[in-house]
Amino acid sequence: MSLRDQLTEIKQKGLADIDSTTDLKKLNEIRVHLLGKKGPITAALRGIKDLPVDERPEVGSYANKIRDAITQAVADHRENLENAVLNKQLAAETIDVTLPGKPVAQGQPHVIQQIIDEFVDLFLGMGYQVLQGPEVESDKYNFEMMNLPKNHPARDMQDTFYLSSEYLMRSQTSPMQARALEKHDFSKGPLKMISPGIVYRRDTDDPTHSHQFHQVEGLVIDRHITMADLKGTLITMAQKIFGDKFDIRLRPSYFPFTEPSVEVDVTCFNCMGKGCDVCKHTGWIEVLGAGMVHPNVLEMAGVDSKVYGGFAFGVGPDRFAMLKYGVDDIRDFYLDDVRFLDQFDKRGI
Amino acid sequence: MRLAYSWLKKYLDLDMPAKDLAEKIERTAVEVDSVTRGDNGLKKIVIGHILSMTTHPDSDHLHICSVDVGEDQPLQIVCGAPNVAAGQKVIVALPNSRIGGNVKIKRSKMRGVESEGMICALDEIGFSKDVVPKEWADGIYVFDDDVPVGEPVYHYLGMDDPIIDLDVTPNRGDMLSILGTVHELAAIYNQHPEIKAPVVNEDPSLRANDEIHATADHQLAKTYKLRVIKGVKIAPSPAWLQITLWNAGVRPINNVVDVTNYILMKYGQPLHSFDQDKIDGDITVRLANQGEKITTLDEEERELSTEDMVIADQKQPIAIAGVMGGFNTQIDDNTKDVVLESAIFDSFHIRKTAQRHVLHSEASQRFERGINPDTVEAAVNEAANMIQQLAGGHIAQGIVTASEYHPELPTIFITAERTNHVLGTDLSLEDIKQIFDRLGFSSESVKDGLNVTIPARRWDIHIEADLFEEVARIYGYDNLPATLPTGRQTIGTLTPTQKIQRASRQILEGLGLTQAISYSLTTEAKASMFLMRDSKLTKLMSPMTQDHSTLRMNILSGLLDDVAYNHAHKVDDVALYETGRVFYKDSDDQVRPEEVEHIAGVLTGNLTDPSWNNHVSPVDFYQLKGIVDQFITNLGVNGAITYTSTDRYPEMHPGRTADIAVHGHYVGFIGQVHPKIAKQFKIKQTYAFELNMQTLIDLPKTDDQYQAISKYPSVKRDISLLVDTSVSNDQVVELMNKRGGAFLHDIQLFDVYEGKNVPNGKKSMAYSLVYVNPRETLKDEVVTAAFEKVKKHLTDELNAEIR
Ligand SMILES: [Zn+2]
Repeated sequence: MSLRDQLTEIKQKGLADIDSTTDLKKLNEIRVHLLGKKGPITAALRGIKDLPVDERPEVGSYANKIRDAITQAVADHRENLENAVLNKQLAAETIDVTLPGKPVAQGQPHVIQQIIDEFVDLFLGMGYQVLQGPEVESDKYNFEMMNLPKNHPARDMQDTFYLSSEYLMRSQTSPMQARALEKHDFSKGPLKMISPGIVYRRDTDDPTHSHQFHQVEGLVIDRHITMADLKGTLITMAQKIFGDKFDIRLRPSYFPFTEPSVEVDVTCFNCMGKGCDVCKHTGWIEVLGAGMVHPNVLEMAGVDSKVYGGFAFGVGPDRFAMLKYGVDDIRDFYLDDVRFLDQFDKRGI
Repeated sequence: MRLAYSWLKKYLDLDMPAKDLAEKIERTAVEVDSVTRGDNGLKKIVIGHILSMTTHPDSDHLHICSVDVGEDQPLQIVCGAPNVAAGQKVIVALPNSRIGGNVKIKRSKMRGVESEGMICALDEIGFSKDVVPKEWADGIYVFDDDVPVGEPVYHYLGMDDPIIDLDVTPNRGDMLSILGTVHELAAIYNQHPEIKAPVVNEDPSLRANDEIHATADHQLAKTYKLRVIKGVKIAPSPAWLQITLWNAGVRPINNVVDVTNYILMKYGQPLHSFDQDKIDGDITVRLANQGEKITTLDEEERELSTEDMVIADQKQPIAIAGVMGGFNTQIDDNTKDVVLESAIFDSFHIRKTAQRHVLHSEASQRFERGINPDTVEAAVNEAANMIQQLAGGHIAQGIVTASEYHPELPTIFITAERTNHVLGTDLSLEDIKQIFDRLGFSSESVKDGLNVTIPARRWDIHIEADLFEEVARIYGYDNLPATLPTGRQTIGTLTPTQKIQRASRQILEGLGLTQAISYSLTTEAKASMFLMRDSKLTKLMSPMTQDHSTLRMNILSGLLDDVAYNHAHKVDDVALYETGRVFYKDSDDQVRPEEVEHIAGVLTGNLTDPSWNNHVSPVDFYQLKGIVDQFITNLGVNGAITYTSTDRYPEMHPGRTADIAVHGHYVGFIGQVHPKIAKQFKIKQTYAFELNMQTLIDLPKTDDQYQAISKYPSVKRDISLLVDTSVSNDQVVELMNKRGGAFLHDIQLFDVYEGKNVPNGKKSMAYSLVYVNPRETLKDEVVTAAFEKVKKHLTDELNAEIR
């Protein structure tokens, strides 16, 4: 048998042995045996020197090829064997992915807070500042500065909790408007503000009345602010908060602190304007009051109403939440029933 | 204000459906509450003629009537009404008809006698009992004889007339009348209604000034006028007037009172009628004397105050001016001579009186909102004339005038430029002038604008801005463009305080607490709980209930109410926080309380739901402390957070409560709610904290500071100590920090144990001490030396036994 044939036989037997091995340890033994110093290839190579000189390089290179083939075969087979072991282990580790995850503690913002934050973020983006004031207000700021002098009939409209003849629980967040108007330096730029907060009315609590609720009021005053700007701002608000399909309409109304005054309706959430019981078949739902700031309000705060003017609006987040989610009892917002609160976990996204 | 469509049509050419008219009113003038029709939901109700009547054999009050309903055969109907009689024209609900309240009427047997339908009373077909005339209150309604038998009843009862109910805003008192609304609709639809001045058919042989004298305080009654009608005959009003009144929501009474109410609705001018024979001497308008009493028309005796306006004769008050007439001078069936009053009373006094006596009438409502000074006389003239037509008698010549008022009509200058500047429109002066023409405001061009004269009937208009509103609403808000403010730009950002407030909520929510909002107004007892500083109570002057009478001085008591509500609804696991104001007062003399922002939280039950792989244990002090600690840390308040055991809160567990300080500043407390308080609130074991958020906001903050992570490995050494139970973790840690050497980086307590294998009065505590040198690899002997030093000090200073 020629040396070349010997090498071919070593290769064939070696590859067969490698292939039939199912054990990593055994495979290693085969590798050591075949490729080791005492192995058959090494032994065969020793016989090269007995060959004629011109044959040596050819057989030598053939021997190296076989060594490489065996090395490669061992590596491939090892990977196969290792994969098989791993696969077996992985199969054994299979779990029921449908079992529930481990509970984590995560609280939710109150639904009314979520709505207030939505307003705040929207108006911050439009360049408004957020102003908060005291909940105990003076009659002066809550009423008089809002063009509601003592004995004004509209004071009956918002029956108020008084602490004394002079101080009261604010019945609206508009006192912040008067305070801001007094302080603002119009030479530095327009006043654009919203004031979110808790307000109080002397009401008996029932499904649609609460002695405590929330308000977000907005005010923009500059040299040239129009009622069209009010309309555009409110449309933007409705569409950003409810969605692009929502529209608004203005209706005449009356507030002592604005003139003209309007009531603002938004497309009915329930029927999207087609008409339903919720909107009394009008397709519209009243959501806020607004208007052009009454010159008396500006003048009382020391702002020249001939030069400056603008608009104001006020919305009730409680009412918004009731409409948006179909909550039919305002008291639910103040009971803090965990089962109620935890439903609002989408965070207004 | 209930407007019957048919009444408006007398003045205006309107043919749109009532719903569309209502919508137009709502979009242009005032809100509309509802549009209704009396016949809505009714079916097969016709006029019947009772041909004959016999008594029911088995009943002493039922009658068997034979009723012609325009069909071939009369129907046999059993009727129990006391006033039923043969010959009457009545309301008949036919078999298979539907009457008021969605009730179906079928053929039936009444005590064995077949009844083919029902003869109805007004309230049975949907009329409110409040508007049914007394005459028909206890029985069936009987028509006048001229109605056609067999026809549906609706038209003959005004039930086919749509009623538009307006919700008039306080400024639009002018729309609390048919004529006011007609003016408004004329502007909306650009029509020119003819409103005729009434003619009065006076009897020259009688002179009003001879009949009665009147004086009035001009402050109380700007205008006060009387007319006298002699020799009337009191009777029920004709059907058309009764229908007009009940459709307006007013009960018909008699032909004099009904006329005054009709005029009230038409002009918005309340009138009052007195029986002249019951008046003793001259009439005067004055304030009541203290303790004076009057029995009003509703037969209530009322004690008057010196702020109530009265109409009085020589002897006594005979009416509460503008609010309600007196019982002793009212028109009755025997009244012959009538004194009619038409006046403008001071709105403030009327409002206060109506409130004080809880007497809100159609009249008081109008005096409060304002009266058209132009029609005081027209109203009384038309009333006198109508009374004469309906009740006969003679109208005395002239009007007795105690006071009179003709306001100067305001003229307001307006330009197109200013109008467009405010409204954002692009109107020409001519466009604007046309709007005023439609409104019936006369205007005159001057320079580049208009001088607009406001008629007396629009007393709500005083300034330029009022005219902008008129222009805007008649032009139409839908036609207004929609733009956003332009001009100087502003940047909207939250203030640092607002950022902290927002972050504080997000941190606590991330730690598992849900935001609650409870009431700031509470009971005295709850307001005074969990006090973080001395404070007096702030109370409402006139609370609605004692439950919401006092301003809270803590947030926790509201949260405990929340826990109780949840427990009562079988929710045991509650993790809530609330942020808001508390109200402190240093003394009772201080009226305005100081408002301080607080944040508080409660934890009871389990913080996470138990699950197949989550074996939870109920929350405890340390779980809440972990939350509070993380919260304060995340707020970035500068300095160490320290907890000092305290028993100073009576509502907290004396052994499980700590005052919390940051950098030595007291910020609040944490602990277990006292079991007695828990029992009082009916809640389970609850842990709670309350912090002064304002202090946390005000305290200096550390910014995040980056330090390179040490490249050299840290070395950890564990130590186990046996110390007296009185030794606190703080003491141990403080000592370790003090004596731990320059490289001591961190101390972790990993075990605390008392009990078996530990001597009584002792506890075992085990700590890991972590050493790091940022500049080079720590040598073992350096760590050992530092560690040994700490051990020695622990032994020496805390009498610790190192195990
Ligand atoms: Zn709808």
